[in-house]
Amino acid sequence: MTGGPVRRIVAGVLARLKPFWTTFRSPAVHLSLGFLTLGGFIAGVIFWGGFNTAMEATNTEAFCTGCHEMRDNVYPELQQTIHFSNRSGVRAVCSDCHVPHDWTYKMGRKMQASKEVWGKIFGTIDTREEFLEHRLVLAKNEWARLKANDSRECRNCHQYDSMDLTRQSRRAAWIHQNYLGTGKNTCIDCHKGIAHQLPNMKGIPQG
Amino acid sequence: MQAWTPLLLAALVLCGCSKHEADKSRRAPSPAVTVTNPGQQIDAMRRGIPIDQEASPLPMARVENFDQRRPVNYEMQPPTIPHAIDNYQLTVNTNRCMLCHTRSNAAKFQAPPVSPAHYVTRDGQVLEQISTRRYFCVQCHVVQTDAPPLVANTFKGLEPEAEASPRAMP
Ligand code: HEC
Ligand code: HEC
Ligand code: HEC
Repeated sequence: MTGGPVRRIVAGVLARLKPFWTTFRSPAVHLSLGFLTLGGFIAGVIFWGGFNTAMEATNTEAFCTGCHEMRDNVYPELQQTIHFSNRSGVRAVCSDCHVPHDWTYKMGRKMQASKEVWGKIFGTIDTREEFLEHRLVLAKNEWARLKANDSRECRNCHQYDSMDLTRQSRRAAWIHQNYLGTGKNTCIDCHKGIAHQLPNMKGIPQG
Repeated sequence: MQAWTPLLLAALVLCGCSKHEADKSRRAPSPAVTVTNPGQQIDAMRRGIPIDQEASPLPMARVENFDQRRPVNYEMQPPTIPHAIDNYQLTVNTNRCMLCHTRSNAAKFQAPPVSPAHYVTRDGQVLEQISTRRYFCVQCHVVQTDAPPLVANTFKGLEPEAEASPRAMP
């Protein structure tokens, strides 16, 4: 069902690109080297800007919740949590937690995400039941990623050095000072399920 | 509920009475009951405001989040939760309370571990995991808010010395 429109879009894009491709392949006859260099430079800037803009577009909440798997499953859950509505009025959107800010890491994650789009096209997850079935695997991927990068995405917004422990609840201040401050643990060790409902956690170490 | 609240309330009422007594000779009788805190109106929605007038809502009570264990008021009382539990997931899949209150994590998180009784099934079998009949913590343990009590309460809790002695954990 979802494969149809996607295939149509791809076909459309290919058809439009065809004339460019033909021109692209034929050697320059009438153009000066200077023009080519300068033109190439300008085109490069435009392409680069456009590329990054397109990348940004895939980082919006609207894009992430554009497919029903996300809109019907994880998004309503996020809406119940502190990262959607809080006293500070700062909202964490999907990409804040799921896409690295740093360019190289970001590209890596986007390549990986393309595989997830593949999953979308071929319908690995269609219904709520299928989503719940896969949730543990999906969650484990995210835990492993955040564990490996020392919860980098959390730290884009929350830094230990900026935490005023005296303003935290006592239990939070104590544990942060002794386990976060000393580097024994990272955010995701203790804060699993901060944005979504958890899958069955039997046998999964926490804390 | 803290043990001192009934006392405080009683003191307040007493103060109100004596003042009332002294004023009686000079002034017209005022309404018998004066509620100083509108949050203590038993009809919390209307609070005595005439039906044709709009009652503006009172500020919501806040959950006490001091992380200081409250004394229990009677033997076998499930202790009250001395902190906020907003958004803690307590579902069939996971139990956030047991992140800290499980025996293996309690020391790390400086949390009192649940008593051994929580691992026993109703048939007396001792489990490694928390028993299903104790799984939903908030059935017995509750948070406390700063809402003023609606009515005076004469309940007397455990004597302080009884409290001080080590009590058997249910
Ligand atoms: C505050 C950070 C945060 C935000 C914001 C966030 N997520 Fe997550 N997400 C996580 C973490 C952490 C996990 C790992 C599983 C867990 O702990 O719940 C996760 C897991 C997932 C999973 C795997 C399945 C699961 O539930 O475990 C999906 C899919 C997902 N997120 C999609 C989204 C989408 C779509 C949005 C935006 C609507 C979003 N996330 C917003 C932190 C976040
Ligand atoms: C876009 C920025 C952003 C990102 C990314 C982010 N957070 Fe938050 N987080 C916030 C804000 C804003 C609050 C609410 C602050 C407030 O008003 O108390 C918050 C609150 C929290 C709280 C407090 C919950 C409570 O009930 O008081 C925890 C715990 C937390 N975040 C953990 C995480 C973890 C773990 C991650 C990484 C998976 C993460 N955050 C990523 C912005 C962010
Ligand atoms: C060793 C476990 C542990 C680690 C690691 C940890 N936390 Fe916490 N955190 C806790 C506990 C326990 C609490 C208090 C109970 C709760 O709200 O879940 C807490 C509370 C918080 C709060 C709320 C503070 C308050 O006053 O209630 C925020 C925000 C938070 N953590 C963010 C983070 C972030 C961001 C990281 C990573 C940089 C992190 N924590 C790492 C255990 C941990």
